[in-house]
Amino acid sequence: MKGLPLAYILRNLWVRRVTTLLTALGMALVVYVFATVLMMSEGIRATLVATGQADNVIILRKGAGAEINSAVGRDQAGTIETLPGIASDALGRTMVSREPVVLINLPKRGSGKPSNVTVRGTSAVGGELRPQVRIGEGRMFRPGTSEIVAGSAVAAGFQGVGLGQTLRFAGRDWLVVGVLDAGRSGFDSEIWGDGEQMLQAFRRNAYSTVVLRLADAEGFEHIRKALEEDPRLSLEAKPERVFYAEQSEALATFIRLLGTALAVIFSIGAVVGAMITMFAAVAARTAEIGTLRALGFRRGAVLLAFLGESLLLAALGGVLGLAGASAMQAVDISTTNFQTFAELAFRFVLTPSIALQSMAFALAMGVVGGFIPAWRAARLEIAECLRAA
Amino acid sequence: MSTDPASPLIRIRGLSKGYRRGDQVIPVLLDLDMDVAAGEFVALMGPSGSGKSTLLNLIAGIDKPSSGTIEIGGVDIAELSEGELADWRAANVGFVFQFYNLLPVLSAQDNVELPLLLTGLSSRQRAERARLVLGLVGLADRADHYPNELSGGQQQRVAIARALVSDPLLIVADEPTGDLDRVTGEEILGLLEQLVVEMGKTIVMVTHDPKAAARARRLVHLEKGVLVDEVGA
Ligand SMILES: Nc1ncnc2c1ncn2[C@@H]1O[C@H](COP(=O)(O)OP(=O)(O)OP(=O)(O)O)[C@@H](O)[C@H]1O
Ligand SMILES: [Mg+2]
Repeated sequence: MKGLPLAYILRNLWVRRVTTLLTALGMALVVYVFATVLMMSEGIRATLVATGQADNVIILRKGAGAEINSAVGRDQAGTIETLPGIASDALGRTMVSREPVVLINLPKRGSGKPSNVTVRGTSAVGGELRPQVRIGEGRMFRPGTSEIVAGSAVAAGFQGVGLGQTLRFAGRDWLVVGVLDAGRSGFDSEIWGDGEQMLQAFRRNAYSTVVLRLADAEGFEHIRKALEEDPRLSLEAKPERVFYAEQSEALATFIRLLGTALAVIFSIGAVVGAMITMFAAVAARTAEIGTLRALGFRRGAVLLAFLGESLLLAALGGVLGLAGASAMQAVDISTTNFQTFAELAFRFVLTPSIALQSMAFALAMGVVGGFIPAWRAARLEIAECLRAA
Repeated sequence: MSTDPASPLIRIRGLSKGYRRGDQVIPVLLDLDMDVAAGEFVALMGPSGSGKSTLLNLIAGIDKPSSGTIEIGGVDIAELSEGELADWRAANVGFVFQFYNLLPVLSAQDNVELPLLLTGLSSRQRAERARLVLGLVGLADRADHYPNELSGGQQQRVAIARALVSDPLLIVADEPTGDLDRVTGEEILGLLEQLVVEMGKTIVMVTHDPKAAARARRLVHLEKGVLVDEVGA
């Protein structure tokens, strides 16, 4: 079937450009919501995935799920350290870090609203286990002291955690001696101090987790088996990457589902808008439709021309919406991860897959909004159309 | 389309057309017979509502009769399927309307090229042909103008060029001067006349204007759905 040229479709959109733009903006808004939500979900995932290291293994109490729910006793930690297959660092130290993890409540900058912040007790080896974490400002805490370092998002987002400030928690005053640059990983949302000092201050006798570096990747199975085969330990080992991916899953999924549902509800408005625009176009061009058909263009050509207009409108909306959403990549946000109960800072991340999904969503709106008017245009009888002139 | 001079180009027999309204049928054309020879310029006259446009639409293949046959160049177009009819129109009929019916978003050139999109011509061939035909109607210098940048008479010339561009044997015109002043109308009629005389086109034209009708070679009167008299011009 011979169709009408693209130029015809484009010019029809151009001659009513104000209507075109307004209709497209309605769709753009929906695409914006849809895309930013996916970008948010992706950002959370990317942040937590960046938190894990390929050869690191985290050991938690069986079924703990999150670090703060976990407990690993001193003797258990000792047993872990004797397991074979653990890497040693340049100084010959076994690369194992025993880490208490607790939540403290701090007021946010600006709003003053309190929110949970993760405090991690760690060690020099703990730092080595996270090569993505560097000191951005100041210096690292000294072992055996009440010094702490704050992740960049904590330092920027919470009151009283700036370099040189003193923070009071667990009955002590802690001096902030450094700010971490954790490379946009979850550690940017944590406060680190000496592990043993934390245990004392919080009056605990068990660590939360033990993190270790494998000598080689195959070593994981041995460690997993060794822990499983000792029922007294009641511990489980997870590759760090897997652990952090799991930490992000529920929140990322929740945001994605909620956002998609929201976008679908909004899209009804945009689709109705597109439908009204296209019905108006059909009504205004009834005589034109009759003329085209008289000249020999088939019903299908008319259908495609109007559907094409609606699709181009939608594509314009999609591009505008994506442009707006991509600007969001510059924005840092944070939210409480309800799996860890702690505040997590992250960025909106636009991936090619999200861009594609957003465009597909836009075009779907175009099809739904444009099909009925286009169908109507194609069903008109030629003589009737020409009488309308 | 065959152009056997012995048989008429258009041969209408027992043509009836009624419009259904509710459960009653309003008859518009009643058992009508009519022949038009190739190369004729026929004016169709009659009071408003007598069925002139209806008859013209049937001849042009944009409406279907209730009964009867419409043979054009040996093909009974009443028998064609909708798709076949569309192709048949594209190849055989040129349309001229009272209100020109140009596509406002296309330039004169593109409007004239429109019917050629339905042919196998390349875009260069299409552009060349359209330019040629625009020259023929005296608008070579207005090819890039949009309809709203042209006068009524100029728009109707573009429309005539569009009707002519695919070289159809039959041109149908429904009150082609109905929206034009007298002088401009005369020019348009002159142009149509030229198509018949110089290019051998067959034109069936509906008109209210006796002066316009006088330009045609033959006058057909339609009264309440029947042809009442025919006057050779
Ligand atoms: N789609 C339709 N449904 C019902 N009646 C119709 C329809 N189309 C035409 N008619 C009727 O058919 C009759 C003939 O209409 P037609 O348009 O052919 O008249 P006409 O001779 O061209 O009139 P005019 O000179 O005013 O253009 C009129 O009474 C008209 O109301
Ligand atoms: Mg009429």
